[in-house]
Amino acid sequence: MPTYKYKLVSTQIAQLLKNAQTEISQVETLAALDDIRVKYLGKNGFLTQELKALGSLSPDERPVQGQIINQGKAEILSWLNARRQILQEVSLKAKLSAEAVDITLPGRLSHRGGRHPITQTIERICELFSQLGFAQVEGPEVEDDYHNFEALNFPKDHPARAMHDTFYFDSGLLLRTHTSSVQIRYMEAEKPPYRILVPGRVYRCDSDMTHTPMFHQVEGLLVDKGIRFTDLMGHLEAFLTMFFDPLKVDIRFRPSYFPFTEPSTEVDIRIGDGDWLEVLGAGMVHPEVFKFVDVDSEKYTGYAFGMGVERLAMLRHGVTDLRTFFENDLRFLNFFN
Amino acid sequence: MKVSEKWLREWVNPPIGTEELAEQLTMLGLEVDDVEPAAPFFNGVLIAQVVAVKHHPNADKLKVCEVDFGGESEVEVVCGAPNVKVGLRVPFATVGAKLPNGFKIKKSKIRGVPSYGMLCSEAELALATASDGLMVLPDDAPLGFEVYDYLNLADPVLDVDLTPNRADCFSIRGVAREVGVRNRCDITLPDTSPVTPVIDDVMSVELSEGSGCSRYVGRIIRNVNASAVSPLWLKERLRRSGIRPISPAVDITNMLMLELGQPMHAFDLDKIDTSINVRKAFPSEPLTLLNGENVALNENTTVIADAQGVLAMGGVMGGQSSAVTESTQNILLEAAAFLPEHIIGKSRRYNLYTDSAHRFERGVDPDLQRDAIERATKLLTAITGGEVGPVFEVNIPQQHRISTGALLRKNRIGVVLGITFDDTDIEDVLTRLNIEWTHCNEGWRVTPPSFRYDLNIEADYIEELARVHGYDKLPRTAYEIAPTISTYKHQEKSQEELLKRLVQRGYHEVVTFSFVNHQIQEKVYPGEAVLELANPISSELSVMRVGLWPGLLETLQKNLKRQQNQIKVFEYGLKFVLQDTELKQKKVLAGLVSGWAAPEQWSQTVREVDFFDIKADVESILQLSCDAKTIFMRAEHPALHPGQSAQILAHGKSIGWIGRLHPALQESLSLSQSALMFELDAEVFGHAAVPEYGKISRFPAVRRDISVIVDESIPYQKIANCIADISPTYLGEVILFDVYEGEHIDEGAKSFALGLVFQAHDRTLTDEEVEESVELILSDLGAQLGAKLRE
Repeated sequence: MPTYKYKLVSTQIAQLLKNAQTEISQVETLAALDDIRVKYLGKNGFLTQELKALGSLSPDERPVQGQIINQGKAEILSWLNARRQILQEVSLKAKLSAEAVDITLPGRLSHRGGRHPITQTIERICELFSQLGFAQVEGPEVEDDYHNFEALNFPKDHPARAMHDTFYFDSGLLLRTHTSSVQIRYMEAEKPPYRILVPGRVYRCDSDMTHTPMFHQVEGLLVDKGIRFTDLMGHLEAFLTMFFDPLKVDIRFRPSYFPFTEPSTEVDIRIGDGDWLEVLGAGMVHPEVFKFVDVDSEKYTGYAFGMGVERLAMLRHGVTDLRTFFENDLRFLNFFN
Repeated sequence: MKVSEKWLREWVNPPIGTEELAEQLTMLGLEVDDVEPAAPFFNGVLIAQVVAVKHHPNADKLKVCEVDFGGESEVEVVCGAPNVKVGLRVPFATVGAKLPNGFKIKKSKIRGVPSYGMLCSEAELALATASDGLMVLPDDAPLGFEVYDYLNLADPVLDVDLTPNRADCFSIRGVAREVGVRNRCDITLPDTSPVTPVIDDVMSVELSEGSGCSRYVGRIIRNVNASAVSPLWLKERLRRSGIRPISPAVDITNMLMLELGQPMHAFDLDKIDTSINVRKAFPSEPLTLLNGENVALNENTTVIADAQGVLAMGGVMGGQSSAVTESTQNILLEAAAFLPEHIIGKSRRYNLYTDSAHRFERGVDPDLQRDAIERATKLLTAITGGEVGPVFEVNIPQQHRISTGALLRKNRIGVVLGITFDDTDIEDVLTRLNIEWTHCNEGWRVTPPSFRYDLNIEADYIEELARVHGYDKLPRTAYEIAPTISTYKHQEKSQEELLKRLVQRGYHEVVTFSFVNHQIQEKVYPGEAVLELANPISSELSVMRVGLWPGLLETLQKNLKRQQNQIKVFEYGLKFVLQDTELKQKKVLAGLVSGWAAPEQWSQTVREVDFFDIKADVESILQLSCDAKTIFMRAEHPALHPGQSAQILAHGKSIGWIGRLHPALQESLSLSQSALMFELDAEVFGHAAVPEYGKISRFPAVRRDISVIVDESIPYQKIANCIADISPTYLGEVILFDVYEGEHIDEGAKSFALGLVFQAHDRTLTDEEVEESVELILSDLGAQLGAKLRE
């Protein structure tokens, strides 16, 4: 038996309330709940009719009976509200569960792109040297003999030229064999100090397992008052150590020869127990080169270096065949996204 | 250059092992690429003497030999070599022996006769590439001794990679000198004392003006034993240095080249006139070279000639007619100094890359010729006998490279290297390098030895100090760079950004060769003038690209072959165009898209990429990087579909192209799918303005959608331009949300559905104001383009 807040005066009302309570507690939809509301409290609802019937009662009975009916209305209304809240929650839950998706389905796809590993390598090199204030400079790829060789202290027919396997054009122009040509162009145009990095394509007339007729170099040039060979070693050692991070590498400098540097060095690295691998050439800018570009070698000294980008990229990424860089197989490129 | 360690140690013998020796050389700048034994390992091959030879009972060409190899008894071996005879000492592979090729010798029966091993040729021991008989060992070779040990075949051969400046190291002598300097030990020079002449024969030699020969030293040796053969030690030295033994005279001259670095030549004296002239060749003068090749010489070529004609190409290769042969009895030995500038380029000119030319073009010590002649005489006559004539010589010392020396300033060493050395250390290094020095105020006056062509200026000497000290022992420093802010231009930044933008839009960057296949390029850019390589590596890569599409199309082609058919690639690089014969190297950005607009997936139906996909990409990067208003103008390009191509203009100038690959070109390139491409001049990039703030209205916008019907020939651009020209007040945005042709619309007409968005900065617009603007637009579109409102 439900307990009532109000003492019932009329058993008829009590019965109505009892019925309403049962119906409300059993109703399952919001629409049906509203029907119940109408049935009891609507214009022609039971309780509304009871109220209308008050007029036939004696003036003494009227207030008492009226109070009982109004209390009953309030009672039903509170039951309706409580039930409505429950039914609303149930319905929301049902709606949400109907809207559930398989969150394990893959996300909507769009094409995925990426920079070429060579460019990525160049970017890494440039980023590291930009910390030392090296600015990036570019130059022409079809060059003249003067900038590619002569001003770099390669005299005509010099044996060192033979090592360059140069591509020529009938006009006498050539494809630059190294980015060092840009050193000359830059020094011709600007006054020292110089602090530049020159990434770019270079060309040698050679093609086999370990050579492609086109490859990339990054040239560096630092000229100022008081640049020493030991600075070159210090900077390059720090660079290589960071470049290969997290790989640990051993670094060695060994004497070598380039017509445009003196002293000259080649830099080898060794990963683990592997062989020494040459990764760059460097040296102090040759006084003859300074003469060509009208820089006073008594006042300024400087170093220059050139590194093969593909070689560095191969070592860092474990690429074993140089030629894959230029095949542009998307499956290859996708490794570097 | 191959250097036998055993030979080297006869010159200099520091107490270090092979590995350290190789390491030292590398760190001196003489990079050791490889160290290999003089021959691959073999064992069980013993020195044996043939004591009896019988005919094989069942085979005409085989013999049954009895050999003594110092064992308890002789054994029988079946042998097929033509030169087998009693008394010969030969390598005998005993049962159980392992040959260099891994073959194991077993007791066998050959044609019914048992054979207890094998007599070996040089080829079988990997000491020659081919042999025509047994290897003959000296008569005093100890019987029963392992041949591998007897010949010292474990001798490590160092392969030294010389830099072009170190001509002086092109010999055992040169390498020994470096080892001596590094280890502070003396080198043992070979005997070069004069051989006393027994005959008077000399030859008259003339060095013509400008001949390129500064010194000519010769000697006549008569009545040599023509049948003498080179001894094993000589042959082995040559073999280990990579030179094939030929005959005593040739072998000795080659050995001197390897040992002292002095290329020599031996002539058959009876085949030349009484005098020799070193001169430049006459135009097209003929010469048959030692290798049998006929060449027509040019006037820059130094030749050794007699009155009859050219005998040899000086410093490069001898001639056939005067070469020593098996019947040569009288020999003229030559040791000359040819000046590098006269030899340089000849190898390339005549395609004769000889050891001699290689040395002369880098510089041969002009003080070496007499030593070489004397040593050669001594060694040769020891083999062949002969009567030795006096050394004759023409020398023009003033033509030799004369170094005036240099000033080596003490403080400059520190300036360049960043480290200084003690004076005594410096002087010690200089002395050991044979550099003459004297003290002066600032440091030292230094003069290089005659063999160091590479020491010219002060920096060269500073490098020597660092090199001998060891780069690995130099400290590392970090130059203190003033912390200035380097250039960081807005322009550069935005160039980087636009490449990133393409990557974000799904593009892969590719790198293709700057030279392309001429035929393919001609298909893409027919009639364009191209820069052609004089010496291309292949016809596939013979001309410079005039645009980036050939490379991208090749990338497409290759990827399709590998079943990669979702292609979205770009390349950023130079193209090489000839404008009125003037070369322009222009940076361009080009892209190619082919396949689906998005990857195949569960949530979206696949759709092939089309013009508007790639146009969106181009618009996106232009908006990011180009300040100017760009226009897509319908235009035709030979590589593009005429109905789906446009030229892109900025400031009225063409900045690039966009469109679908022409179906005819697609077919001719055998491409299984179509593609869309663009190319943009990089010049227009990097001009994006610095973003500037404009006002944002606080009042609500009002949108009116209209649909206008126009003739189908009218492009959308005209509608957009017309509205822009009117530019009604408060019109903010125009959204084109539908383009329709078909049912409910007259044939030959199409409709554009436009969303017009109006907004004011100072108030909410009234309906009347908006309607007025819409009316204005409609009436103008009607008047200008015959547009009608679609009801």
